[in-house]
Amino acid sequence: MKLDAKIPEGPMAEKWTNHKFKVKLVNPSNKRKHKVIIVGSGLAGASAAATMSELGYQVHCFTYSDSPRRAHSIAAQGGINAAKNYPNDGDSIYRLFYDTVKGGDFRSREANVHRLAECSNQIIDHCVAQGIPFAREYGGYLDNRSFGGAQVSRTFYARGQTGQQLLLGAYGALSKEIKKGGVTMYTREEVIDVVVIDGQARGIISRNLVTGELSRHEADAVVLATGGYGNVFFLSTNAMNCNASAAWRAYKKGAAFANPCYTQIHPTCIPVHGEYQSKLTLMSESLRNDGRIWVPKAKGDKRPANQIPEDERDYYLERKYPSFGNLVPRDLASRNAKMVCDEGRGVGPTGNAVYLDFAEAIERLGKDAIVAKYGNLFEMYNRITDEDPYTTPMMIFPAVHYTMGGLWVDYNLMTSLPGLYAIGECNFSDHGANRLGASALMQGLADGYFVIPNTINDYLASNKLPKVGTDHEAFAEAEKAAQDKLDKLLAVNGKRTVDDFHKELGHLLWENCGMGRNEKGLKEALEKIPKIREEFWKDVNVPGSADDLNQALEKANRVADFMEFAELMVKDALMRAESCGGHFREESQTDEGEALRNDDEFCFVGAWEFAGLDKEPILHKEHLEFEEVHLTQRSYK
Amino acid sequence: MAKQINLTLKVWRQNRGQEGKFETYEAKNIDTDASFLEMLDVVNDELTLKGIEPIAFEHDCREGICGCCGSTVNGKTHGSHERTTLCQLHMRHFEDGQNVVIEPFRATAFPVIKDLIVDRSGLDQIIAEGGYVSVKTGNAPEASTTPIKKEMAEAAMDAAECIGCGACVAACPNGSAMLFTSAKVSQYALLPQGHPERAQRVKNMVGKMDELGFGNCSNEYECAVACPKGIDVKNIARLNREFIKASLTSEK
Ligand SMILES: Cc1cc2nc3c(=O)[nH]c(=O)nc-3n(C[C@H](O)[C@H](O)[C@H](O)COP(=O)(O)OP(=O)(O)OC[C@H]3O[C@@H](n4cnc5c(N)ncnc54)[C@H](O)[C@@H]3O)c2cc1C
Ligand code: SF4
Ligand code: FES
Repeated sequence: MKLDAKIPEGPMAEKWTNHKFKVKLVNPSNKRKHKVIIVGSGLAGASAAATMSELGYQVHCFTYSDSPRRAHSIAAQGGINAAKNYPNDGDSIYRLFYDTVKGGDFRSREANVHRLAECSNQIIDHCVAQGIPFAREYGGYLDNRSFGGAQVSRTFYARGQTGQQLLLGAYGALSKEIKKGGVTMYTREEVIDVVVIDGQARGIISRNLVTGELSRHEADAVVLATGGYGNVFFLSTNAMNCNASAAWRAYKKGAAFANPCYTQIHPTCIPVHGEYQSKLTLMSESLRNDGRIWVPKAKGDKRPANQIPEDERDYYLERKYPSFGNLVPRDLASRNAKMVCDEGRGVGPTGNAVYLDFAEAIERLGKDAIVAKYGNLFEMYNRITDEDPYTTPMMIFPAVHYTMGGLWVDYNLMTSLPGLYAIGECNFSDHGANRLGASALMQGLADGYFVIPNTINDYLASNKLPKVGTDHEAFAEAEKAAQDKLDKLLAVNGKRTVDDFHKELGHLLWENCGMGRNEKGLKEALEKIPKIREEFWKDVNVPGSADDLNQALEKANRVADFMEFAELMVKDALMRAESCGGHFREESQTDEGEALRNDDEFCFVGAWEFAGLDKEPILHKEHLEFEEVHLTQRSYK
Repeated sequence: MAKQINLTLKVWRQNRGQEGKFETYEAKNIDTDASFLEMLDVVNDELTLKGIEPIAFEHDCREGICGCCGSTVNGKTHGSHERTTLCQLHMRHFEDGQNVVIEPFRATAFPVIKDLIVDRSGLDQIIAEGGYVSVKTGNAPEASTTPIKKEMAEAAMDAAECIGCGACVAACPNGSAMLFTSAKVSQYALLPQGHPERAQRVKNMVGKMDELGFGNCSNEYECAVACPKGIDVKNIARLNREFIKASLTSEK
């Protein structure tokens, strides 16, 4: 496998424009002859499906949900970035590009990031035209707020439900195309393999989640928009059904997997409170605009928050990072929370929490202003914890939230498997080793509305794509392999539930490949994962049958993939003996305990190629060049 | 402070194409800080290990935003708590020893697929009739071209908060989807972007609603009581005004 990023020639700011001019176009009357499969109806999938159907392609879109509107994107709270510079605070496309490259700790591809920043403004234009009710000021103009990792206000938002409103906009556009007949929508249909013929992705195998029936679908190209793999940790802020299976099956069919060790641990989540816990709830990062983070100065101080006097509190982020304060990037905020808890200064029943305090903001702005800004988040916090954040500080702790790693893609967003594309969170493209707040929504929509509709034509126009027919042996083989795996899962008939195994795997990853990682812990995890996997295949209990709606079977099939994926993730973390962004290798830190990058050895994307079952995967390095933003150690001091 | 409670569940079990019935299960040592769905997880783990198929129920975000979850609990959609989806209902609102009856959302237009899972695709079909602005990607003018009064934007957002859970339909004695439909119609009636298509939108969406077997609205307002997002019944009044206006104009 040879990775070619296909970065266009020319100055950074002109690459995308030049590229759009140079790529081959498909003539309008030929577009309808091309069938494209899109897997996923989140922000990336729905926006791509709608736009490609508008252009005239025959689009077939798949989701495992009962409706495209339910995709995990719906849960995004805080907002979406764009370089509009409406507040007149010095923002620009260049600054958004710069912040994103720096925020990603110099592990992303500059050309992709620049394009993202360029598309950001068009996204807002389009979303406003769709009737998305973004927050506005009294003059009727769009309001902005600031978010971690940036010193300008460039985040557009719709209360605490920005993802919901953006997704409903994209879902509306998708619905419009479904009604017109341009998109054929498959709901409750899970894609379980990618079919490769003559080295090209030519279709998929899917399973109807109501009847259990497997079916074959042929296409000229397949686009995965299947989201991130955060649920490999069991507990995360991701929706319960998020999984890595489609990307993992693609990997096993020849698509390289890049930087799987880059996971983002979000600093402001509601702390874990019991064994029964099924997921973690995010408290939007926007809260850090007004909330102040602190712990007691003294270890083991068990007094209630309101009895700890001001001078016995440590506002550790404000103290250590005076210029960014509570708005440092996520990885710093999370790691510092872990540090103070490890020192024994954590609060709450488990000692694994820090305070996020609004007392000062309420005094400064009045309670009404806080209600208007964060009312629904406070309500959610109260519903879950039964505490009132207007009078008692919130308790928060970091949780797995987002995955920067994903399928390797070139500038056109095509994976290393020709004809297979990856967009949105499931690719590795734009965020390097750490994603800045409010930029995942931006990326999903940039990829779907503006990038892939302009790049996929290059492939479709320059390749012969003869009809292959779903009776081709590659389809038959893939279908049989899928059926065999389901039968095998049902046949184990062991004594432990799927969740029980998933929790064991997740716990191991959280401890050994979570916020802090070291060689010893990673090697230990590498020894344990194959054992857990073996146990899984010997002792899992999956009730019910394959020809029915069977949620345990769906879950087992996904967890089986997590069991394999986890190993690659840990291998990648072990290989990368440097700290960068969300990947903190304890061996690689400064005297002050800050992450220490090693650009001489690790300034590359680590893309892994599947070499066969029980064989070591092959590492390919895409070296990163920084023409515009010069490599420096990040500092938010 | 969290404590543990025991409950007796009567749960609706039904397979595709068959009649359903209630089964009784014990939910033991349930932490009161757990959510309702986490309680069901605990029960399902026990059932699985006893060789009984777990209870099928729909869920995804468990944060009250995706609209997947929803069952009728002791006769109330999403349980009894105001403005709360089932996934956000916590066990601290239940008493030790309580009987809890759990059924799927029932409505003519929501056939049961399995146990507590129903088919709500009718709601998607209503949206497909016009629950959007027909703007193609690339057509949009600069975002700040049209200022929108803050109050209008806020009112549109109030309506846009609907999560499409279908509780309003299940709570309505007629199985009407009026609150759901009116929320979408209102969002676009309040915003200038929605105006070019407003007449067509309301006619087509209401037409589809009728066609799919959702009932008529007879102003019972059970829907608004049931709605976990506090969607206001004044949206229904707005829909009716839009509908009358649309019928009066000859515009198609
Ligand atoms: C709680 C929370 C809050 C967040 N807040 C913000 C925020 O404020 N700002 C921001 O920028 N980002 C935020 N993010 C991140 C952002 O929401 C996600 O990264 C983004 O929405 C991912 O979009 P996507 O389209 O790539 O994938 P998803 O929305 O995850 O969609 C994946 C789609 O793929 C489908 N799918 C997956 N696998 C299969 C399969 N095998 N077969 C069929 N269908 C399949 C699913 O059904 C779904 O439709 C937040 C994330 C979380 C968890
Ligand atoms: S109006 Fe309320 S009850 Fe009805 S679908 Fe929307 S959120 Fe659910
Ligand atoms: S599971 Fe998403 S709203 Fe309840």
